[in-house]
Amino acid sequence: MNTQPFPYLTTLVLLPAGAAVVIAALPSNAKRLIQWLGVLASVAVLALAVTVAVEFRVGYAAYQMISNHSWISTYGISWDLGIDGISLFLVLLVAVVFPLALSGAQVKENSKSYVAWMLLLEAACLGSFLSLDLLLFFLFFELTLVPTYFIIGRWGHERRSYAAVKFFIYTFAGSAFLLVGIVTLVFIHQHQTGVLTFNLTQLISTRLDLGTQILLFLAFTSAFAVKAPVFPLHTWSPDAYREAPAGGSVVLAAIMAKLGTYGIIRFDLNLFPRASVDLAPLLLTLAVIGIIYGAIVAAAQSDLKRLVAYSSLASLGFIVLGTFAFSSEGLAGGVIQMVNHGLITAALFLLIGMIYERRGTWSIPKLGGLQKPAPVLAAVFTVVMLASIGLPGLAGFVGEFLILTGTFITHRWWAVVATSGVIFAALYLLWAYQRAFHGRPNAENSKVADLSWKEGLVMLPLVVLIVFIGIYPKPVLDRITPSVDRLIAQVDREAHTKPPQFAIPAKQLPKPTDPTISTSSIRSIPSSRQGAFNGGSR
Amino acid sequence: MTLHSTGLLATLAPVHIPPLAYSAVLPPVIMIGMALFLLLLSAMFKRQPNTGVYTALTAAASLGAIAASLVLWHYISVRHGPYTAMEGAISVDGFSVLVMVLVSCALFLTALSSDGYLRREGVQGPEYHALMLLSTSGAMLMGAAGDLIVIFLGLEIMSIALYVLAGMDSKRRESGEAAIKYFILGAFSSAVFVYGIALTYGATGSLNLAQIANYLSKNVLISNGLLLVGLALLVVGFAFKIAAVPFHMWTPDVYEGSPTPVTGFMASVAKAGGFAALLRVLLTAGDVLRLDWQPMIWVLAILTLLGGAILALVQTNVKRMLAYSSINHAGFVLVGVEAATRQGVDAALYYLFTYTFVVIGSFAVVSVVGGKGDKAHNLEEYKGLSATQPLLAAMLALFLLAQAGIPFTTGFLAKFTVIAAAADSHSYALAIIAMLSAAIAAFFYLRVVFYMYSSSPETSTAGSMGVLRAQAALKVPATMAIALGLAAAFTLFFGIVPAPVIDFAHKATLLF
Repeated sequence: MNTQPFPYLTTLVLLPAGAAVVIAALPSNAKRLIQWLGVLASVAVLALAVTVAVEFRVGYAAYQMISNHSWISTYGISWDLGIDGISLFLVLLVAVVFPLALSGAQVKENSKSYVAWMLLLEAACLGSFLSLDLLLFFLFFELTLVPTYFIIGRWGHERRSYAAVKFFIYTFAGSAFLLVGIVTLVFIHQHQTGVLTFNLTQLISTRLDLGTQILLFLAFTSAFAVKAPVFPLHTWSPDAYREAPAGGSVVLAAIMAKLGTYGIIRFDLNLFPRASVDLAPLLLTLAVIGIIYGAIVAAAQSDLKRLVAYSSLASLGFIVLGTFAFSSEGLAGGVIQMVNHGLITAALFLLIGMIYERRGTWSIPKLGGLQKPAPVLAAVFTVVMLASIGLPGLAGFVGEFLILTGTFITHRWWAVVATSGVIFAALYLLWAYQRAFHGRPNAENSKVADLSWKEGLVMLPLVVLIVFIGIYPKPVLDRITPSVDRLIAQVDREAHTKPPQFAIPAKQLPKPTDPTISTSSIRSIPSSRQGAFNGGSR
Repeated sequence: MTLHSTGLLATLAPVHIPPLAYSAVLPPVIMIGMALFLLLLSAMFKRQPNTGVYTALTAAASLGAIAASLVLWHYISVRHGPYTAMEGAISVDGFSVLVMVLVSCALFLTALSSDGYLRREGVQGPEYHALMLLSTSGAMLMGAAGDLIVIFLGLEIMSIALYVLAGMDSKRRESGEAAIKYFILGAFSSAVFVYGIALTYGATGSLNLAQIANYLSKNVLISNGLLLVGLALLVVGFAFKIAAVPFHMWTPDVYEGSPTPVTGFMASVAKAGGFAALLRVLLTAGDVLRLDWQPMIWVLAILTLLGGAILALVQTNVKRMLAYSSINHAGFVLVGVEAATRQGVDAALYYLFTYTFVVIGSFAVVSVVGGKGDKAHNLEEYKGLSATQPLLAAMLALFLLAQAGIPFTTGFLAKFTVIAAAADSHSYALAIIAMLSAAIAAFFYLRVVFYMYSSSPETSTAGSMGVLRAQAALKVPATMAIALGLAAAFTLFFGIVPAPVIDFAHKATLLF
């Protein structure tokens, strides 16, 4: 009997989109029903994502569960979805965060449209992480803008209009370069092979001279760097994060930021390995500036949301650092840090949203002594904050450690400077915590209620995951590393061979013996030297 | 006796009149026939027939034209292949059929969406519909023209009808102003255009596009100044019709002053006709000269893209803003023209086709919100529309987002095809500028959307309450609802399943 494998990934994208359409069609006064349906739909997506994770073949580096259908044949565009170790956990992250954002941070007015937009946003995020077709990716990548724009613009805080427009224009302008870059690459490929396709796996074989690679790399990266955001292009993010409603901030920081870094890993590294290696010092420098700058500016904030926004800038800097270190540890660290940062910022923004519901402010000077009336809230906040600082035993540590180790092997001095960012993070987060939670509460603050059981239920999965990944990251790393190693090996091969290329297995590449030969070259790390977290897993 | 032997007449050959191939021009003939029939109808009855009768007949004529075009399409794509009729004056190919279908769709939607408007404003009589039918037939001829004289005829039939349509709402002074402005500048541009025809004829000895191309490919002109000036004047004439910067000055005033449904019609049909003829002239007759005209179009495209987007930023009147946005769209189509490839033509046609539905839809909503007197076009009047008229607001939001180029609407794919054509012919700078202009343009589309979806009760003053009351009193006539529904369905459905329309444009270009 010929059984077609179940199209998990297509269902994963279409399920939330369908739910959004259904909810938009419901009468708007059925508020409770809509809330429940929204949560139910996103939980169904989570269940499906978990099924995908269970079905995922561990140790297999290439894309899995591919579903490929021709869509616009005239232009060679197809509905092509696939998953590998790099995208698996981002998909899981999306699936985990959305139900929590929908249940933990609700809006009071027009909840119907809000839930519908959120579900559409979930579909767009999942679609972006799963697309193997460049144009399909671009479509989903751009589609995320619309729900986000409405979520910020309609349910945001005082300066929502300004923040929403700024967010939209920045990312839209970045995407302009991406679209032109994609189309250019596709036509170069067509001229070389005669095949018009937007398929990532086929486009990888395009031969590009270094100049073209660098231009295309810059075109692609400008879109991703805005979305992430990477240092000089970040100015939209504090405004957008601050003005968005709690659920919107959660999604923006936890998930949409990852679209940028994911795009860099998936497309830049795969398609333009030479340019990525050559321009790595630039990106590494921007990442380090982002880490230090984000930390310093975060320390100066008196607004909790802006503080987390700048600390996100620093964390994203770490992810970019790990990516452009071009070592297995660094990249694996970058990928796992994307997940960790997603979990941690989601938790932080949810907690901040809960504080705002109680006190109507995020201003740190107006808070104070919250620990006394709300001990559980304070405890949860402590765990999450410590994870964000990178305390061993919590999720944040795993990623930062891998990134810094990986970077130290290949780009020593960048790692050295970046490490100071960890200390800064401790400084500003502990200081903010001290001001908001310690001390004697004033009259208003002393009446703050503690977490309700519902809110506790929302926070519980995040805290459990943060602790779990912190203590036992092996199951995660087991799934990430094959894909990461394959990518690093491929970059290694491409960057060191001049066309015409020879297929040399990565293992046979001569390894530089002296690590000081060049800081901009890359090395594949033999598996015996993989980090402690990975012990014997391969 | 003596007259015959000595007169000038003797030296003239008898004028050769080619046989009329009605089948080749059936769609425009249907349009003109219906226009005449409507005029007769109003003369036959003592009591003026209801506006609805005219609307129904106009809609029927456009459906008939679509059907006739599709028969032609079947004939040329399956049985015969493209051919020319009437001694090369009319070319029957995929391109002309697509233009005919396009403008017929535009007429159909406009007829439906203007029915309510005409009743509301008390515009009676068959003239409005007859003029629209005539204007459409002019645009069809421009698309099907095989020689410069037919292009000019089409241009004039289309434009003169539009001049009158712009002034149709005699109760509003702006409408008359728009008509006069459009007429004076339009007549001026027609003169420039005719001069261009004359110079081109002088340089090549022919008016037929195919013969000009043939002549230019076989002869090397030692000095081609005459031809280049002629071509440049032709382009200027077209640039006026398609509202390309710096020939756009009339657009905002005329778009703002004209009755709103006419504005939508103008933005779709006049642009489609102008671009169709421009593509024919440049790619058939001027194909050999592409290195000469490409830079010209390049500059025109950049000015149009940026001019349209930037000038729209400061507008607070939605009609004016949409006028500038239509300039920006013309820039995008010019990007496709500049590519000067089959793919570019393909992209330009697809862009025009999808834009027709979006722009008529947008102006249809604007004409509803405008209220009695067609006055309420300020951004403020859109505040809180989502609360009072949720469906109408959602429609306008869809059309505006499609114009901004949001994925899974036809607007995105239109921009994508144009960008793809530009990148394929190595016009990277143009492609990037086009996309950046789209980012600028997104700002003002979003501003309208934002106004519609912002309704915070604490900021509602007496004035804004008045606006909300006025909005709540708006009525969407059934015909308008059908037109909006069709336009929205087209925009969304073919945004998700784009293959049929993309293939249509693609095949039309293959049969060019």
